[in-house]
Amino acid sequence: MVNVQIDGTWMQFPKGTRMIEACRQAGVEVPHYCYHPKLTSPGNCRMCLVQMGMPPRLAPGQEPEKDEDGRTKIQWMPRPAIACANTVADGMGIRTGGELVDECRRGVMEFLLINHPLDCPICDQAGECRLQEFSVEHGNGVSRFVDNKVKKPKNVDIGPRIRLDDERCIMCSRCIRFCQEIPEDDVLGFTDRGSHTVLTTHPGKKLANDYSLNTVDICPVGALTSNDFRFQMRVWFLKETPSICTGCGRGCNTILGSREDEMYRITPRENDAVNSSWMCDHGRQEFQLLSNERRLTDPLVLGDQGHRLSSWSEAHQTAAAGLKLLGPEEIAIVASARMTNEELYMVRRLAAHLKTEWVDVVPRSQEGDDLLIAEDANPNSLGAKLVLGLENPGAKLADIKAGVEKGTIKAVLAFDENLIGAGFEEASLKKLAFLLNTHLLANPTADVAQVVYPSAGFAEKRGSMINVTGRLQRLNQAVQPPGQVMENWEVLRDLIQALTGSNGLYMIEDVFKLMAGEIAAFKGLSLTKIGDLGVALLETEEKVPLLEKERERVAKGLIVG
Amino acid sequence: MAIVVKRPKLSIFEKMYLPAIGKGLLITLSHAIKILRGKKKVTMQYPEEKWDANMPEHYRGAPALVKDEQGRERCVSCQLCEFICPPRAIKIVPGEIPSDDPWAKVEKRPKEFDIDMIRCIYCGMCEEVCPEQAIYLRKDYAITGLSREEMVHDKERLYEIGGVREGLVNKWNELK
Repeated sequence: MVNVQIDGTWMQFPKGTRMIEACRQAGVEVPHYCYHPKLTSPGNCRMCLVQMGMPPRLAPGQEPEKDEDGRTKIQWMPRPAIACANTVADGMGIRTGGELVDECRRGVMEFLLINHPLDCPICDQAGECRLQEFSVEHGNGVSRFVDNKVKKPKNVDIGPRIRLDDERCIMCSRCIRFCQEIPEDDVLGFTDRGSHTVLTTHPGKKLANDYSLNTVDICPVGALTSNDFRFQMRVWFLKETPSICTGCGRGCNTILGSREDEMYRITPRENDAVNSSWMCDHGRQEFQLLSNERRLTDPLVLGDQGHRLSSWSEAHQTAAAGLKLLGPEEIAIVASARMTNEELYMVRRLAAHLKTEWVDVVPRSQEGDDLLIAEDANPNSLGAKLVLGLENPGAKLADIKAGVEKGTIKAVLAFDENLIGAGFEEASLKKLAFLLNTHLLANPTADVAQVVYPSAGFAEKRGSMINVTGRLQRLNQAVQPPGQVMENWEVLRDLIQALTGSNGLYMIEDVFKLMAGEIAAFKGLSLTKIGDLGVALLETEEKVPLLEKERERVAKGLIVG
Repeated sequence: MAIVVKRPKLSIFEKMYLPAIGKGLLITLSHAIKILRGKKKVTMQYPEEKWDANMPEHYRGAPALVKDEQGRERCVSCQLCEFICPPRAIKIVPGEIPSDDPWAKVEKRPKEFDIDMIRCIYCGMCEEVCPEQAIYLRKDYAITGLSREEMVHDKERLYEIGGVREGLVNKWNELK
């Protein structure tokens, strides 16, 4: 530990702490553009200049001069130092304000704004732009430059998901470092150095890796914008809901941006136990399914002339009537590892009531990568294992399939799964006495189902999921579901109620409480206690490759982490 | 601290209120006679006659979008007016200007721009906040309609009311 004086207060920090991080811990934010704790620090934006001082070097035999507290007096350096790339030292003093520092910041801002276009009204970054923020805080407010601004390429297509505006770029090089260091896809660089410096892709290459949209997030200005979010909505209108991504088993922490029950974007949220500060490009597009034209919005009941809209109570009555005629051996439940723990728990209660042993989920795997994308494409496989008591998810599926074909299984309840996509034959599903399908979208299984329930999407419900590393995390509701759609656990509760009578469950918190009472792993937890960052629940062998790499780079001192 | 109001001291003549009433009635009567003899006019025959010519410069009527001399839609759909609007009367759907448009470099313009004139309170905040000098409160005050839908001014109607405004700052027109 070293003693450092920050703005007049002495504090202790571990050796090797960057000055900017020490200031942050002391509660002072030093403005910066190029510095990012998860990336290397080239120190090129000069925005984080602070005044630094050290104890004076003494002549032999000279006694150090002490101040009234008995500490060695700091000798302030006449020139400023950057806070992002320098580390603290014993007896060091840092001034994050004062005449020199203010003058430096004003100067840096003035230089950055010489060629920056005044197109904030059309710039997507406006509202979350560091240049805007620091210009208000530290800028001059007026420009002293009368010459024409340098013209650079605008609206450049540098990748399938990203648009570049070179005039807005302030050369912080965050995107370049991100591409080099995280996805290790070195496609960006500066050319024509000088007044006309432009950010470009390597000739013949595009910024097209699976993590490219993170460059948009870390761009402090509006130089890189997402094609998908471009001109859709101003950021100050967006309601930010902390949630998790359900695209794969990783469960990256996200912020859902919505306005008036419409989703506009998903951005990563920092969680150093799951996804650091990043997420993949696929996960950001998840929400588009919610406004898909094939979206189911009302319960459907199969009549003589195909499906017709029905009320929830009619659909539940039809389902209950269909199930009551059958014995426990004749009913199978195919749930989904895309459901939340609470929904799976309601499935467990339903299965217990129907006394059926035929309960399974559809496993789904994909090609993972060495960063964040997990091989398990289901977001809650561990939850399904734990809540439904499955040893090996998908093991009973072949038997259920065979039972359906033979005719020993006469009813199938398919929750959030398209059975035909999971290998069931359409002809054998048609033979079933009763088929219920819950799904987000219209699908081939729903086409032949007697009762179809619409499903709420990941941004429309609350609940919890367990990711591949065994971390219990929370989903939050950002938007209201369309039409008659209800949260899925409520639908399952009502179905159980139609079969048995009231069961007194009114809040999702109560479902979790019941589940915690029955399943040992959840003991002592509640939805509130999970918190925004989740809790480590199960021990698994699984490691997050991205975090492993990050730890290595922290150990080498390359990044702060 | 309470303010002590000093009441005027009335004379006996003033205390008897009848003479004052008589005086008032006389004034009314004299006006009535003047009007009956056709010497004075106090009622304006709206809507055949209008006060429009006497409207002050700062009059705040219906908000409208304007085009400039070059016929460019000045609005770039930054949505600041939507944000500032106290009764939330404005709804904008932004859109991208296609690359073959002569004003492609502006990149953005409203796809839809609706002002609900039932909600509008004519406060003028939209005009004040606009960074592009695109929305102005015009002198139109007679906004009528037979249904709620009719009272919503869409983009077309807003440009019709707004028309062309000359001599504004041309920040997008420099050679690029």
